[in-house]
Amino acid sequence: MSVDHTKNIIEIKSVSFAYGGTPVLNNVSLNIHEGDYIGVIGPNGGGKTTLLRIILGLLKPTSGAVKLFGTPCLCRKEWSRLGYVPQKAINFDPLFPATVYEVAAMGRYGKKGLLRGLNAEDHRVIAESLGRVEMLEYRDRLIGDLSGGQQQRVFIARALSGEPEVLLLDEPTIGIDLQTQEQFYRLLKKLNKELNLTLILISHDIGVVAGEATEIAFLNQSIQYYGDPSGFADEKSLTGLYGSRRPFIAD
Amino acid sequence: MLNIFQYEFMVRGIEVGLLIGLLAPLIGIFLVLRRYSLIADTLAHVSLAGVAIGLLVGLNPLLTALGVSVASSVAIERLRQSRKIYGESALSIFLSGSLALAVILLGLSRGLNVDLFGYLFGSILTVRQSDIYLILILSVIVISLLLAFLKELTFISFDEEAAFVSGIPVRFLNIFFIVLAAAAIAVSIPIVGILLISALLVLPVITAIQLKKSFVQTIIFAEAISIISVLSGIVASFYLNISSGGAIVLIMIAIFFAVLFLKRKRY
Repeated sequence: MSVDHTKNIIEIKSVSFAYGGTPVLNNVSLNIHEGDYIGVIGPNGGGKTTLLRIILGLLKPTSGAVKLFGTPCLCRKEWSRLGYVPQKAINFDPLFPATVYEVAAMGRYGKKGLLRGLNAEDHRVIAESLGRVEMLEYRDRLIGDLSGGQQQRVFIARALSGEPEVLLLDEPTIGIDLQTQEQFYRLLKKLNKELNLTLILISHDIGVVAGEATEIAFLNQSIQYYGDPSGFADEKSLTGLYGSRRPFIAD
Repeated sequence: MLNIFQYEFMVRGIEVGLLIGLLAPLIGIFLVLRRYSLIADTLAHVSLAGVAIGLLVGLNPLLTALGVSVASSVAIERLRQSRKIYGESALSIFLSGSLALAVILLGLSRGLNVDLFGYLFGSILTVRQSDIYLILILSVIVISLLLAFLKELTFISFDEEAAFVSGIPVRFLNIFFIVLAAAAIAVSIPIVGILLISALLVLPVITAIQLKKSFVQTIIFAEAISIISVLSGIVASFYLNISSGGAIVLIMIAIFFAVLFLKRKRY
């Protein structure tokens, strides 16, 4: 499958959002192309998670619109082409009695439709997804018994089981140690390169994401930088974004 | 020793017990995992108001309990989804409100020789032959619907947002589930009584979760614990002349602590 890096798969057009009277997003426009690995970074409270939730259809923008795969994202069919990896810590009950395999299989349910059981092809995709994140050998372990990094990989497998075209990850490395994080970013790079999966990575960890992603969007209520990570790392732009009083940390 | 099967009411009790024992953990597992245990209690109290209405107007109390409980379950879920008030506050309005209504209605129907104690704590003597058919039909419907939507309900319990994003009709299934729970609670009244229903739904499930098995295995263990407890509780109530609901719940609690103790010894 060839990847057309100029093809827009998600178009965000002048989206604004406010909680009550507090503006969170202000006139955000962003195009995400096929095969992109985009890091959406910015300070806490800058609206990163809100933007992700709007793309996913969990929130409705106050004004503006999001188009998924060329159609306004009102129909569920387009959403099933997105894979969502939530922030682990807030969504997860460690006592939940489910095995790694059962959790990975959940990602397939939406695609199957109601009243239809999983068939051999579904089980093949689920096992393949677990294999991609190197968790197949843990298939019968309980999800609550795994380490944070392993659980996060299972959640990626769950998203992959739905055979998505885009993977959206919300602060996936929070609470995960540095060494596991490195492994995790290697896995993301592999998914982007080998499966041509478009990745949207939300993170407050500017330094790491700038080194991993192919595009960077800096979001603080509005998009203040969009483009190449190397341009972003340029001190001039950082000064502009954080203000001139941003302190330097010397080695 | 008395032969339990010589008594028609005992045969009826065991038939109903089997159905309820099978039904309860399928509802209970989702109530427990979604922290909805209080909903079971609330719907049970609402059912008491339904029973009172039935007794007062001379309809089958099981049928009126079913109607009131299902209608309230929809109202509770809509109130919860509206997020205008806290979920627990919505529940306490229904819990105390229906109890208040029940007390007044039962007071009005005093003198009708009502076996209120049976409704509160369960008495298989209150099971009529016509109830058996109603319970049988409802149990079969609820069990088959739950099994049909098991995979979606599991995903919603595990991660409601991710389930929504992957295209599962979460809002519909939430209402759908609570209506099934309301029906299951109403038909369980004759066996365990209103005050003990939540124990029937919840205890076998939390015991099975202690065993740390897969989701499917947890349901199977909960089913086994539930059916064993319900049947032995009914038999014990017959020979010892005690309340069936009380006996069932005490057996369930005994199994829970036995499992807890055995698990602790192993580690």
